[in-house]
Amino acid sequence: MSSKPKTLYDKIWESHEVGRRSDGNSLLYVDLQLLHEVTSPQAFEGLQLAGRPLWRVDANLATPDHNVPTSGRALGFDGITDEVALEQVVTLDKNCKAFGVQQFEILDPRQGIVHVVGPEQGATMPGMTVVCGDSHTSTHGAFAALAQGIGTSEVEHVMATQCLVQNKAKNFAVIVTGALSEGVTAKDLVLAIIGRLGTAGATGHTIEYRGEAIRQLSMEGRMTLCNMSIEAGARAGLVAVDDTTINYIHGRPFAPKGELWNQAEDYWRTLVSDEGAVFDASITIDASTIAPQVSWGTSPEMVAGIDDVVPDPKDMKDGVQAESTERALTYMNLQPGQKITDIAVSRIFIGSCTNARIEDLRAAAAQIRGGKIASNVSEALVVPGSGLVKAQAEAEGLAQQFIDAGFQWRSAGCSMCLGMNPDQLGEGEHCASTSNRNFEGRQGYGGRTHLVSPAMAAAAAINGHFVDIRNSQHQEVEAG
Amino acid sequence: MDAFTTLNGLVAPLDRANVDTDQIIPKQYLKSIKRTGFGDYLFDAWRFLDQGTMGMTPNERQINREFSLNLPVYQGASILIARDNFGCGSSREHAVWALKEFGFRAVLAPSFADIFFGNCFKNGVLPIALPEEIIDDLFKRVTTGLTLSIDLRTQTLMDGEHVHIFQIDPALKEKMLTGMDDIDLTLAEAELIRSFEAGHRQRQPWLFRG
Ligand code: SF4
Repeated sequence: MSSKPKTLYDKIWESHEVGRRSDGNSLLYVDLQLLHEVTSPQAFEGLQLAGRPLWRVDANLATPDHNVPTSGRALGFDGITDEVALEQVVTLDKNCKAFGVQQFEILDPRQGIVHVVGPEQGATMPGMTVVCGDSHTSTHGAFAALAQGIGTSEVEHVMATQCLVQNKAKNFAVIVTGALSEGVTAKDLVLAIIGRLGTAGATGHTIEYRGEAIRQLSMEGRMTLCNMSIEAGARAGLVAVDDTTINYIHGRPFAPKGELWNQAEDYWRTLVSDEGAVFDASITIDASTIAPQVSWGTSPEMVAGIDDVVPDPKDMKDGVQAESTERALTYMNLQPGQKITDIAVSRIFIGSCTNARIEDLRAAAAQIRGGKIASNVSEALVVPGSGLVKAQAEAEGLAQQFIDAGFQWRSAGCSMCLGMNPDQLGEGEHCASTSNRNFEGRQGYGGRTHLVSPAMAAAAAINGHFVDIRNSQHQEVEAG
Repeated sequence: MDAFTTLNGLVAPLDRANVDTDQIIPKQYLKSIKRTGFGDYLFDAWRFLDQGTMGMTPNERQINREFSLNLPVYQGASILIARDNFGCGSSREHAVWALKEFGFRAVLAPSFADIFFGNCFKNGVLPIALPEEIIDDLFKRVTTGLTLSIDLRTQTLMDGEHVHIFQIDPALKEKMLTGMDDIDLTLAEAELIRSFEAGHRQRQPWLFRG
């Protein structure tokens, strides 16, 4: 063994490398595969057609999330009016039963968005390899787990072999120094990072988020950060283990207990990059310079600070960039130079695997301050990330605050993050959304998505347009 | 999987950077539990002016006559040229299924997003990364009905008199040429996996629930 300092990614990779093929690719052992209804049916079918068993049943965990309706949940399957969607959710249920896979089914209080459910249950643990047929699997990297989104053929491959065939990615360090200002969250940080890196900036790399500002983030914040690593093109995002990680996992249903816990904790504490480990690329960002972010375009890299304006394609030197900016502004119906605070919104979506955990709902509710949603806002949805988050928010009184302000309080699922279920954006509508993608039509045909933090979305709901929540906090201090 | 050795085909352009898989195949078509039936909805929001739903055929739709893939000169194209970071966003393999069913067997771009790139190789669709200048040049000449020949064995792209050599990971090349099944290949190493697993269980017993 060489004593060369290793990155966290190197360590997890090495501890899962089953073997290396003569062509340079490795067989990488997978500890946990999360399954949902959209990308698993073809994989289960492939397995069945070939007469292959699941390699390791207990390494799989499933829940329906993309298609489930967020209202009328008590009806279970009967609440799904779209027959094709119903077939997909029922197929997941059947497959899980046929193969013996544990599932938090549609009526289970633990059901929710797969990337919220895994960590909440303690199923995601440090040092693991985690896969899911879903690009936002990167969320689980917050636990120093190597978590990657894969395609359906790979889902089937993992089902049958418990392995991925992969070549190792490069190491990318995103170092965030200093501290985030009041009112600025992990979501703003990750949007600012993507704005800097671009949507392909980390392609072929695994990002490790490092630095003081990262250490200060809660697990919820770290999940938000790692969640959007894929939006910078990265294969995965990672945060090293510290007390915050250990404390979060302790006592969760899937977490080890007793002596096994001590043994696990000792190992988990080693899951940090060694001093002097070399990264292939790095950027450093000063957290204190980041303002609350709002996306103005049709790609997550198209973001600006709340105190900024919509950019002008004429100022851009790169022809392709100018053209995509122009196309984005046309789609979004925005003018170059327009103030971000002048963008009005008629729909609000607080939810998704990026921002639907309890901390997110608390931050959003804190912006209500007894107000009501603005008259130009036709619908404001709050969709908790899981049934357990929902229950907790109800117990804390957050749900009632949302309802009193005119928000709709829904059941857990992906909802309007991608609008596969009935929650969709209408043509031309501007939406303040806490989700992760502002692609054309992502939230509904012709819909216009602005990615923001939960607090920014809630403040936009109350004001009818984006506001600098740093100012309103300031005003409140003065008034109080 | 379908093997890929050579392809001689007409080229169609898609002149946009960062084309994401939500554009390649929008979410309303992801509800199928099959691997087929997605070709009609490829680039749906760009090919059609109306909002489609699953089950509708192109004949029932309002065609966007201005969109490149709808222009007469590109009908029957099997090679797509695109810009940087093609296939970013969602991991949906449906994007590759849709491209293939529509008729594309190769995509040429300066760069691809990781997951999409991998998904192509699972389905016999060849993604070729080429220098920006070459792609630019192809975009300039595509409008008159350009055909290209690709030979994966020699890693060459014949463009009239010009021959471009492209790079490809040797393992992926082999897989495409033979069309062999990944799972069979890995299961040939089942013993190795089992012995790794036994050691892994000893080192990190908390990872095993069964
Ligand atoms: S919430 Fe959105 S991004 Fe997350 S898994 Fe669901 S659809 Fe994907």
